[in-house]
Amino acid sequence: MNEPVIRASGLRKEYSGLVAVRGIDFEVERGECFGILGPNGAGKTTTMNMVQGYSPLSGGELRVFGLAIEKHPRKIKARMGVVPQENNLDPDLTVGENLRVYARYFDIPKKEGALRADRLLGFVALSEKRDEKIPTLSGGMKRRLLVARALVNDPELIILDEPTTGLDPQARHLIWQKLRGLKKSGATLALTTHNMEEAAALCDRLVIMDHGRILDEGSPRQLLERHVKGSVFEFEAGGERLRELLSCLEGIKQESETAGDTIFIYTDEAEEVLRRTACFSEIGFRHRRATLEDVFLKLTGRELRE
Amino acid sequence: MNNLLKPPRVGRRAFKVWLRNRDTWLKFYRASLVGNLAEPVLFLLAFGLGLSRFITDIDGLPYINYIAPGLMLAAAMNAATFECTFGAYTRMSAQKTYDAIIVTPVSIEEVAAGDILWGASKGFLSAIVILAVLVPWGLAASPWLLLAPLLFLLSGLMFASMSMIVTAFAPSYDYFAYYFSLVVSPMFFFSGVFFPLTSLPAWVRTVSWFMPLTHAVNISRGLATGNVSASLLLDGLWMLVFTLAAGWLAINLIKKRLIK
Repeated sequence: MNEPVIRASGLRKEYSGLVAVRGIDFEVERGECFGILGPNGAGKTTTMNMVQGYSPLSGGELRVFGLAIEKHPRKIKARMGVVPQENNLDPDLTVGENLRVYARYFDIPKKEGALRADRLLGFVALSEKRDEKIPTLSGGMKRRLLVARALVNDPELIILDEPTTGLDPQARHLIWQKLRGLKKSGATLALTTHNMEEAAALCDRLVIMDHGRILDEGSPRQLLERHVKGSVFEFEAGGERLRELLSCLEGIKQESETAGDTIFIYTDEAEEVLRRTACFSEIGFRHRRATLEDVFLKLTGRELRE
Repeated sequence: MNNLLKPPRVGRRAFKVWLRNRDTWLKFYRASLVGNLAEPVLFLLAFGLGLSRFITDIDGLPYINYIAPGLMLAAAMNAATFECTFGAYTRMSAQKTYDAIIVTPVSIEEVAAGDILWGASKGFLSAIVILAVLVPWGLAASPWLLLAPLLFLLSGLMFASMSMIVTAFAPSYDYFAYYFSLVVSPMFFFSGVFFPLTSLPAWVRTVSWFMPLTHAVNISRGLATGNVSASLLLDGLWMLVFTLAAGWLAINLIKKRLIK
């Protein structure tokens, strides 16, 4: 009965010579929000495409609801909702029709489909837009409608591929709020993102992926504890005074890293650092708590992708 | 390559895709029907009435009666072809409608089949609309015309499937220009719509035999004039075999293009 909602073992994907996913293992438990984090080209979307039954596996095993994806794609898809990365709402149909026509793909009877469409438009605050055409909607509205569309079959598992990329903060927070509401009502969520704030706000557990491999796995807090100290100091590199400053930090347990024009110092002894640097007031620095982004950059490196 | 020869698995859900297209079409069907009707009627008036004074009867038919049955099928060809090239390509690439549908229980094979069925329906409709004009006009009168809907449907499926193969390969809209100028237009002129193929050199007739429209026009003229012979069965068989092969291939090619 405790079969995970998704179980991937040794999952691989190759495209004509290019290996996008190199044999990864992960499980998504019922009722959790699971995140796949990674830079562009890490293999996140490819992994999700396989879970959606969109992309055939090159190797390994993938079970969704305990069913092998290549054998039972229809059964699985009937119980799953997908919010894609790119808008693929039907521009030939109105807002309401988008949901009603989508419901028909799931064999939902017409009357029931209309009821669900109305209810879901209310849920994503688009009831007034019911008869509008898709191109008249803002980016945030389109994304909300995509979320509503993914819910039309009352899915047990919702897959979201970068659900808030490109949205303004208001729209982003509204989507997060809706997703947390869905989780509370018992749905399982699996999402990809490269937005660390999103991962921290939504995910119970996440994996960090790069170059087709999983680098680490855990709750946001576990990952923070495992990979970075509690505080970060960022100094602008250069100058004799800075060298003096850094030398007076000797003896403090810390890790430092230089990237471009910035020196990062990770430490749990923030107060001691602040005390010792007080006399260097002319040197500007930033002091903040370590975030998932620090973990992410530490694990995936700082070089630019793409 | 082996995957292209496998029989595509298409179930009842292809109809849901057909319904989606019907729903969008119903929004502007009046304009669409006027378009379907206007062009062939213009051809009839221009060529049939305008030219007929200079052209003797062909096979015992006044020129306008001679071209009317072929124009119905040319209209079916155009409608099905347009729908399954520009229409299907837009849904597949620009609008990503296919991507949205195939994460539901509807499979990619059913999406392709649904679009072919829809293209066929548009072709069918175009021909029927013209037939509805030809009969009261007195340009087609044989009781054999009761079989015409069957011919229209098969023709629609044939041209829709053919076009879908082109769409599966198209990198952009511009690519369709090749198909229209190298395949569709030659078919329009050299399939016996406007003059008997017997007036052409043997090699052109051979090429024409390989053109799907030739066989559809043969049957159409037979049904419209009542001049029905057993050779029309061969034309029908040709169309059936070609349609099955093209449809089969089209569905597998679309699948190959979308599923990576």
